[in-house]
Amino acid sequence: MSVSEGLDSSQGAAPKRDWGGAVESLAPDPVAAKRLADPKRPPPSLYEKRKAVHNKRIDGPFRRFKWLVMLVTLGIYYVTPWIRWDRGPYAPDQAVLIDLANRRFYMFNIEIWPHEFYFVAGLLIMAGIGLFLVTSAVGRAWCGYACPQTVWTDVFQHVDRFFDGDRNARIRLDKAPWRASKTARRLGKWAVYLFIAFWTGGAWIMYFADAPTLTYQFWRGEAAPVAYMTVAVLTGTTFWLGGFMREQVCIYMCPWPRIQAAMLDEKSLIVTYKDWRGEKRGSVKKAAKNPEEYGDCVDCLQCVAVCPTGVDIREGQQIGCITCALCIDACDKVMKDIGRPRGLIDYATLEQCEKEAAGAPPQPAWKALMRPRTFIYGGIWGAIGLAMLFALGARSHTDLTVSPDRNPPFMLLKDGSVRNAYTLRLRNMEARPRDMEIALQGLPAGALMWTDRIAFEDASSSQVIRVDADATRLVKAYVVLPEGSATGNFTFTLTSLDEQRESDSEETSFTGPGDI
Amino acid sequence: MADNKRIDEPTGTEFVGHEWDGIEELNTPLPRWWLWTFYATIAWALVYVVMYPAWPLVSKATEGVLGWSSRGELAQELRDAQLARAETFELIAATDLTELSSNPELMGQAISGGAAAFKQHCVQCHGAGAAGYAEYGYPNLNDDDWLWGGELSEIEFTLTHGIRWEGSDQTRFNMMPAYGDFMNAGEIDALTAHALSLSGKAQSSAQGAQLYDQNCAACHMADGSGSQELGAPALNDAIWLYGDDPAQVRAQIAQPRHGVMPGWSDKLDPVTIRMLAAYIHSRGGGEATIEEPSDAEPIASESVQAAAADKAEADERL
Repeated sequence: MSVSEGLDSSQGAAPKRDWGGAVESLAPDPVAAKRLADPKRPPPSLYEKRKAVHNKRIDGPFRRFKWLVMLVTLGIYYVTPWIRWDRGPYAPDQAVLIDLANRRFYMFNIEIWPHEFYFVAGLLIMAGIGLFLVTSAVGRAWCGYACPQTVWTDVFQHVDRFFDGDRNARIRLDKAPWRASKTARRLGKWAVYLFIAFWTGGAWIMYFADAPTLTYQFWRGEAAPVAYMTVAVLTGTTFWLGGFMREQVCIYMCPWPRIQAAMLDEKSLIVTYKDWRGEKRGSVKKAAKNPEEYGDCVDCLQCVAVCPTGVDIREGQQIGCITCALCIDACDKVMKDIGRPRGLIDYATLEQCEKEAAGAPPQPAWKALMRPRTFIYGGIWGAIGLAMLFALGARSHTDLTVSPDRNPPFMLLKDGSVRNAYTLRLRNMEARPRDMEIALQGLPAGALMWTDRIAFEDASSSQVIRVDADATRLVKAYVVLPEGSATGNFTFTLTSLDEQRESDSEETSFTGPGDI
Repeated sequence: MADNKRIDEPTGTEFVGHEWDGIEELNTPLPRWWLWTFYATIAWALVYVVMYPAWPLVSKATEGVLGWSSRGELAQELRDAQLARAETFELIAATDLTELSSNPELMGQAISGGAAAFKQHCVQCHGAGAAGYAEYGYPNLNDDDWLWGGELSEIEFTLTHGIRWEGSDQTRFNMMPAYGDFMNAGEIDALTAHALSLSGKAQSSAQGAQLYDQNCAACHMADGSGSQELGAPALNDAIWLYGDDPAQVRAQIAQPRHGVMPGWSDKLDPVTIRMLAAYIHSRGGGEATIEEPSDAEPIASESVQAAAADKAEADERL
């Protein structure tokens, strides 16, 4: 690796803590030194070809936890759009629906309108802070367990295993020449990739329309072109990112690991190799002969073999490690087989590692969570969540906005009275039509109001207007004041004429000839 | 030329052979993909020249085999837009004016179409807010004072035939005599005072009342309420087309100004005129507004159940 050449110069800095793997690559290599000294050496290549990862099957507590997470996340993804939720005759009965055409977002008993997008913004902020919280507490747990890239890569790696066998068989097949059987296996595997990718894209669009209707339309070729386009794009990206790019997405494409690198500190839980216990590596036989010289690591490379991103955790913390903890499972199994204590590779903080190296006993991982940062992030996260819940509970389903006409600002009528016109926007956010009363407050006696749909003969100081279910209605309202009345600010009040008696009001102004 | 081939040691690249002050050029050819893209653009350009207008000639450019032009495209888009509106236009043309306002959706479309036409044809005199210009005598279209009638059909007639417009035999026409030609200043002052007294703005006199009854009441009516049939403005209200200052009223009696509005029958199609009428009528002063029929009736619980049943049925069909 060309990086090791660069590291040579830093050798004099004497790292405080030396990681087993890193120490090896830092050791002076006579061949490399000679190559470096050669003035005619070719320039170092900045490109490194990808080494395919053929991770081995492993079983253990973390693997089982990963199975569970996969089941839950994929379950949520595929099942959610099919959950029904009765909202009455005027609203869709899909529990989670992002209705872009009608600009509504439904989530169980919550309905979000475009002007309430701050709820979605709040959710995104919570998701962001949630990631901070998780990262500072348990390191890259998101990457290791719940990230869609991780979950789908895991699925595709199991497809590999199903078609081509476990690690060694896959390596052999990779190197084998392209013959009929290999071609058949590959085509079969890619067909399954494509199938999974298609269902991934297909499930996505279900969030944006009534799922049963859309499915029916989709297969009859009647769905909107954007549905087919979306499915095609997501099928393509899933096939490519999950089937072929895999860990390269995490290492090269994703910004999140880089951001996380800045958020981890010596108190964050990470997957670590306990070098003071493992070094110097040697076989069981060697260690039996010379117990003083050798550590617990038998250099069996099982931790590398099971790694879905193909890193060697014994080289220490690195960008390629998504902390999926499969190496812990692998190492614990080997340690159990050779009768040594588990946890040579384990979740620990760097701080704890130093303490353990100095002779302190191992500490349970949950203790690492007990620190201010966890509580501060958790507190912020919870506060935003509570504030949003409160706002959701307290929000009104009736809304009024008023804008006075500016051209002309007022109108003189035959009898000398003065008329102003206003554009009222009445929002009924309930899933049923409602009658709403719009009333004038704060105008002198004799003020009358009528609208573009109510004749002047029926003018009065308040009007009842029907607003359709889950709709906004624009009303042109005319207000007239008798000749010589005082003008100025007043208030429109909107009240729903049902049991809820919700109301909203907005102040506006009445302009007369004397005001200009 | 193999003898001249020299290789730059550090990079392993061949020299071209050009040298400036000891700096030599290396032969690093363009990447293949770049070249192929370049050739593809040349091929595309050839196709383009044949298909589309390309070479500028003396009077016009070569036309291209597709016959495309930006004007042609615009014309096509306009035709398409017209076609898309055709159904609504036909419906508006076929609907009786008295029934137009009882169809809220169609009325809404007519008002929108009228608003667009108003911006193009009417704002020059009546203003963007349709408030007119008092100093020029362009009437306000938002108020409830109508010289020639404020019902939809009356507005449509005025729009079609104009006012004192030479282009139509049916144009709205009247002519107030210039009283300055045969009355003395005192008589005109008395008339002015009487006209203003009808809306309580001045003190009338016996002479003024008598002159009014003899000369004005025939059109403007004894109480000054005017006549929409004759186009005689009401004098007993607060709205004065040419101003309510005594000097302005006096000038209007002595040497009246007569506004002219062109009829639009020769420029606009009947549907556009009808939509303009709907728009002007909707500005707040229109007479004989018809209420939206379904507005006030409460939704009975049966209708909610019926809607639910309809929906369940629709769901089942899927």
